[in-house]
This record gives sequence, C-alpha cells and structure tokens, in this order.
Amino acid sequence: MEPHIQIRNLNAYYNSHQALKSINLDVPRQQITVIMGPSGCGKTTLLKSLNRFLELTDGTRITGEVLIDNENVYARDMDVTEIRKKAGLLAQRPYPLPMSIYDNVAYGMRIHNLKKGRNLEAAVQHYLEVAGLWDEVKDRLHAPATGLSIGQQQRLCLARGLAVEPEILLGDEPTSALDPISAQHIEGRLQDLKEKYTTVLVTHILRQAKRLADYVIFMYLGEVVEAGPAQEVFENPKEARTRAYLEGQF
Amino acid sequence: MKRHWHKRHIEEAILKGLMLVSFLVVAGALVLILGTVLVKGLPALNWQMVTQTPKGGYYLGKEGGILNAILGSLYLAGGGTLLALIFSLPIALYLETYASKSSWGRYVRLSLDVLWGIPSIVYGAFGFTLMLSLGLRASLLGGIIALALLELPIMTRAMDEVIRLMPADLEQAALALGSTRLETAVHVVTRQMLPGILTAILLAFGRGIGDAASVLFTAGYTDRIPTSLMRPVASLPLAVFFQLGTPFPEVQQRAYASALILTVIVLAISLGSRWVAARMGKYTVK
Repeated sequence: MEPHIQIRNLNAYYNSHQALKSINLDVPRQQITVIMGPSGCGKTTLLKSLNRFLELTDGTRITGEVLIDNENVYARDMDVTEIRKKAGLLAQRPYPLPMSIYDNVAYGMRIHNLKKGRNLEAAVQHYLEVAGLWDEVKDRLHAPATGLSIGQQQRLCLARGLAVEPEILLGDEPTSALDPISAQHIEGRLQDLKEKYTTVLVTHILRQAKRLADYVIFMYLGEVVEAGPAQEVFENPKEARTRAYLEGQF
Repeated sequence: MKRHWHKRHIEEAILKGLMLVSFLVVAGALVLILGTVLVKGLPALNWQMVTQTPKGGYYLGKEGGILNAILGSLYLAGGGTLLALIFSLPIALYLETYASKSSWGRYVRLSLDVLWGIPSIVYGAFGFTLMLSLGLRASLLGGIIALALLELPIMTRAMDEVIRLMPADLEQAALALGSTRLETAVHVVTRQMLPGILTAILLAFGRGIGDAASVLFTAGYTDRIPTSLMRPVASLPLAVFFQLGTPFPEVQQRAYASALILTVIVLAISLGSRWVAARMGKYTVK
C-alpha cells in the first residue's frame, strides 16, 4: 500500500540550532508508527512538523517537504486549518477547551460545519463512546470539562480530535501525564482506532513502543537512525546505535 | 545563637519600618477619605436625595435630590464603557492574535500607554472641539464619546495584559483542531479570559464614572432627568463640585452625600461584576 505520509529531505531549525537533519521517511497507512529516541533527539519536532505546529514557535525555520496523500503541506497555497483537521494532535497534557464536556466535542464539528442539530448530538455521543468516555459523562454533559480527572480529560481530547474527522492521529507522548490505568485506557483506544486512522506516536517509553508499534522510527540527535517494521527493528536492529538504545544504554 | 546587631540587621529593620510607614500612610488616607465621606454625607443622605431631581431653590438648601446626576452618571459611564468596549476588545484580541511580538504591536501598545497618561481635561477639550466641528452641543452623546476616549486606553491595555496570560498550550489545543486564529480568539481566548476581561471593563467604568473634567464641557449639566442623547445631562462628580462650591453648609453636606452615593455605586458594580465573573468563570481552564 502507498505510504500515507512521505517526508522528503526535511530540515528544521530553532534559530541557529538544527533540530532535524534531512529526514526522509515513509509513514504507512492505517498502522501505528512509533517515533522513539532519547530526549532532545527531535521526536516531537518531527511530529509537530507534520501538522505545521512547529511554526507556532518563534524562530523556527523549515525546509523540505511533507506529503500527505501526495500533497505537500508546506506548499504556499496550502490551507493550514485543513491540514490540522486532517492530522489531529493529542498533546502530552490534556487541555480541555474552556467549555462544557459536550461543547468540547461539538466545537470542532461546529467550526468545520460538519454536523448540525440532532446529528451533532448523535455525533458527540458517538465520539465520546469511541473514546470510551460516554458512560462516565453522559449524565453531566453540560458540566465544565475541567471537572474531569486528567485521564478522562485526555480521553475527552481524543474524542474532540476524532470529531473533526481526521485521517491521521498524532500523539505527543499522550500518556506521559496520566496514571497507569488511564494510560492503559488510551493505549487501548489507540489500538482499536488503528484500523481507521494512520497513527504516529512519540514515546520515550520503550515498553509502550513495543506494545503499540507496527512500524518504528528511531531518532538520535536530529537524524533518523533506523526505520522499519516493528518486529525487524526490535528483534534485529541493523544499526549499532539502535541496538544500544534498545539495550538501555542512552 | 545570640543575635548581634550588625549594620545589615539595623539596615533591614529601618527599611522594614519605612515600608510599613508607607503602607500605613496610604491605608490611613483611604480610611480618612471614606470616613470623611461617611461622617459628613450620611446625615444628609435620605430617600429624597436619590429619588428626586433638584427642585427650585435646591442649591440654596431647599427640597430635592440628585436623581438627575445619578441617572446621568450611569448613562454616561455605561454608554462610554459600552462604546469603549466595542473598540477595546477587538484591539486587545488583535494585539494578542496577530501582532503579539511584532514591532507594530509594540507601537500600538506604546501609543495606548501614552493615551492612558493624558489628563482627562484634555479629552474633555478634545471632545468639545470635535463636537463643535460636528455641530453638536453639550449632550449625553458628547459625554459618552469623551468618556469612551478616556476609557479606551485603560480598558484595552488592561485586557491586553490579561489576554497575554493566555496559556499557549490551550491556544494550541484549539489550533490543533483546525481553528483559525480568529476562531481561537473569539471562542477560546475570550471565554478563558472572561473574568479578567470583565475586570478590565470594570476598571474603565470606575475611571469613567468618577471623572468630572471630561464631561464638564461635553455633557454639560442640567437639573432634569436625561431623556435624549442630544440633550445635556448631569453627572455625580459635577454634582459634588457644584454643591461643594455653594456657601451653604447644608448644600455642602449634600455634596458629601453625593460623593457617598458615587462611592456606593462603584462598590456595588465592583462586587457585582466579581460575582458575575466567578459564575462565568466556571468553564475556565486552570
């Protein structure tokens, strides 16, 4: 199958520091791709280059191409809101919008004009169910989202992200702020969702990478050291640096 | 261990004492002001004061009240605040959303700060000239425009400072869903910062309702209840000024009563808006 995301000669700079060095990658469709590597290796930078989030930080500069369905997201005439609709982001810490639980999920559908009236209500329920949160919140949909626990908030953020009908899910260590049970919950959801969505996940937890990954990208100091199907990379890494990382030497 | 009085300990004790004295001077002044207004104004305060307009001979100590000034001040400050808000909120959101770190944004902020420092009589005089060129006479509308000019920089800069505290992650959460910057500003930033925005509005309102100089030429003064935008209106600060200027002790006492009413209005609006802000802030992300 044709790769969903193709990264071509991508470089990223924070002022004069080069955070990504000529990255070339193919991200397979409807699988979970895990980006791993030690802190500061550029994992998050790479992830945020996919939905053009990098440019929100001052002093960043990007060269190269990111093609989603063969369309360059860095093309001049690209609508940045469409890219971000297509590639939803689950952040490290959940940030509910300052609204009710219901409105958090409805917000994206309203701004993109996807659903209205009774369809909107049904869709809110649907996405809350998909995120595994419906049963816990169905009696207090109009309560402030900030009243939820942090694990529930992260599932709400997942529901909210799915509601804008993305094709790609980006996860920036989405379980790192959560307790173990909530983290398991999110992992489970991501596994259920991979049949429908191309998932790209940043993690520094090796065990999590092994549990979830179909495809693995190992980065070190801004470069891609090794990328390939999970089984191959984990069991038979080609590069010495990958082997050292897997053995816990970084 | 026994404490020895070294030079640095003495230094600290003296400076600590000075800071306390500074505070006491300021707090004492506040208590004194409130005390004076209460002691001198309370005896003259009665139901008639707040329910009637000045009758013939009011300024000589006869019957009547200052309902004209109470209503006039509420209309002036309410209208001025509303008019200022129509411009302030967009400017503040613009500064945060599109011009946060640009040199253009810095110039806008600088000019607002300069405007903040302009004495209110200058706004009054400017408003007056503006009205003359438009063929307007001293009127409620003129006063509202002058007050809006006075309040605009205060409100905008206060909002700007509040909106700058918006957590970047929350803004990005909205952007990640494919919101435009405008949608983020309108739906997310204003909601999150609503309590602070209300405080900014209140600050400007308080400044507006208490200002005498800017409405002196632009709104004029009348003993009637305001009925039209195009006619002069009375205001509480000027009511205080005129009554205090008479040679009659009972009228001067009414000036203090008027000041007391003004203080109570400001206090009531301040507490009321805090209550509203607390209720509206229930969705705010901490």
